[in-house]
Amino acid sequence: MRKFTAMFKARTMEFVRDRGTFFWNLLFPVILVFGFAFAFSGSGNALFKVGVIGNDANTARPLAFLQIEQIEFIPYDEVTGAVERLRRHQLDMVLDLERDEYYLNSEAANGPILRMLFTAGNAPSATAPPPGASFGASVAADRFTEQQVAGEPIRYVDWLVPGVIGMNMMFSCLFGVGFVIVRYRKNGVLKRFKATPVSAFTFVSAQAASRLVIVVITSIVVFAGTNAFLHFMNNGSYLTLLILTTMSILAMISVGLVFASRIKSEELASGLMNLVTFPMLILSGVFFSLEGSPPILRSIAKVLPLTHFTTGARAIMLEGAGLGEIAPHLLFLGILTVALLAISAALFRWE
Amino acid sequence: MPVALKRKILTNFITLSLMDSIMQVRDLSKSYGSVRAVDGVTFDIPDGSCFGLLGPNGAGKTTTIEMMEGILDPSGGEVLFRNKPIGRHFKEKVGIQFQSTALPEFITVRETIRMFHAFYPAPRPIDDLIEICSLGDIIDRDNRKLSGGQRQRLLLALAIVPYPEIVFLDEPTTGLDPQARRNFWSLIRRIRAEKTTVVLTTHYMDEAQLLCDRIAIMDHGHILEIDTPEKLLDKHFEGVVVRVPTGPDGEDVMEIVTENLDATMQELLTSHTNMDGLTIHKPNLEDLFIKLTGSSLRA
Repeated sequence: MRKFTAMFKARTMEFVRDRGTFFWNLLFPVILVFGFAFAFSGSGNALFKVGVIGNDANTARPLAFLQIEQIEFIPYDEVTGAVERLRRHQLDMVLDLERDEYYLNSEAANGPILRMLFTAGNAPSATAPPPGASFGASVAADRFTEQQVAGEPIRYVDWLVPGVIGMNMMFSCLFGVGFVIVRYRKNGVLKRFKATPVSAFTFVSAQAASRLVIVVITSIVVFAGTNAFLHFMNNGSYLTLLILTTMSILAMISVGLVFASRIKSEELASGLMNLVTFPMLILSGVFFSLEGSPPILRSIAKVLPLTHFTTGARAIMLEGAGLGEIAPHLLFLGILTVALLAISAALFRWE
Repeated sequence: MPVALKRKILTNFITLSLMDSIMQVRDLSKSYGSVRAVDGVTFDIPDGSCFGLLGPNGAGKTTTIEMMEGILDPSGGEVLFRNKPIGRHFKEKVGIQFQSTALPEFITVRETIRMFHAFYPAPRPIDDLIEICSLGDIIDRDNRKLSGGQRQRLLLALAIVPYPEIVFLDEPTTGLDPQARRNFWSLIRRIRAEKTTVVLTTHYMDEAQLLCDRIAIMDHGHILEIDTPEKLLDKHFEGVVVRVPTGPDGEDVMEIVTENLDATMQELLTSHTNMDGLTIHKPNLEDLFIKLTGSSLRA
């Protein structure tokens, strides 16, 4: 244990005193979050988005509403998913053609407009409404019942912050563990440790533990620092978020350790790590959602640890998911960590 | 001869003749692909002695010493420490200074010593290490800002943390200025005064002659000679060495080893040899090395 503590302390001091790396680890994600917060602060699309469940094809009287070109209709299989998006102001209305219901968000400004468009515009197109008839007397109003949901809007930055923290975590774990051990091996620091009674296990676990503490703290600092200004939505518990964060960091460190187990050249290590980090950056939904991308990409994304962090963290923060709901993510990260640690232990060489 | 029998004879030889050896190297080899870096070397390190391994670059010194340290696995042969193969606790009894080691960055000399201090079960007090290796002035300096001599002193301090029974120093003074080399020699003498066995590789002849009780001269993975410096010189030289530069620019050297200096000088005079730059000196290890390997040590 003394050996472990001594190595842990040395590695942590090395990180804290390496000013360049230290500030980069803290400043870079903060700059990104603020940058995106300003870049995407406009309300964006003028188009209305309506989620539709079921289809209207074999109804005797087609809805004229569905023909309006300025409205984007997005098909959904399930009403709950669509309603969740409505609650977060990602949809303006949900229309359930199977149950003859429509949903509006009472806190969204465009709800009343859509209600008018829907009820008024759906008078049978063949026969004009009789003069003096109110909009409410239309076919749509007869057939459909209105449901109200409520919820605050999600800003892009609320959605982005788990992505940026996850990205920072990934770089810090892979390069901070993987790259550093490769450099130690190349310049002979590892060889010197090999000549002492310190075991490879003690050495590696001290490196990993030091990095775990560092990344947990930087993630908290980056989150708290940006949160003070941007007030992110968080519907879940911070404890659940911390558990997910810790598990994700462990998985990322294990990825770094696989690279660190044998490679001797910093160039090769950095090339291979880029080969892993770039797909994660794109496929794990750091900056944009992969919903609607080809299924093959989505299945690749499912095996990347970063995907499980971003999806899990968003579920906690935006949808208020609890430990039970993110359990599959935690399980995947746990299994991945154990498997990668076993691989790196089998491959590890001091030299 | 059957291998088992050969082994038995070898073992008998060890137990009979080398009761006071701290380390025995038996028929040690290391191959890298088809290259035999070390090709069957055998020698003993008497307990408490200073053993020098000499040879030009690429002779196999570092490979040999790293197999003795337990860092490299031999391709053949064996290394015995106190008559037993190197075991699990060997690392707690040995001090090692590699030829080139980077130190962890961003931490100070004191923090580095503290870290290594925590690695050993019964370490030397930190203040003693600072005093022995005169690290007082640089104790709070970042490892990255040390000069060559300061680095070597810190690395030596790390090597002697566990009160080692045997210390390995691989070219400890290469690249140091004359002042720093002399400082380092006095540190080695101080460690020797504690009855610690020292094994060092070098390609400086003066260093070996000054510090070592026994010397092995290596080239191309083989040991050419092994003995005390005095005996080696007595065996190979009688008299003095006369060197006369020859050729138009004096780039070649004619070397004459003679017992009768008068007669040699007379001969040179009568043969009208140009005697500009002629030197006469008592043979040293440098001369011995040139005689044995036909090349200069530092080449």
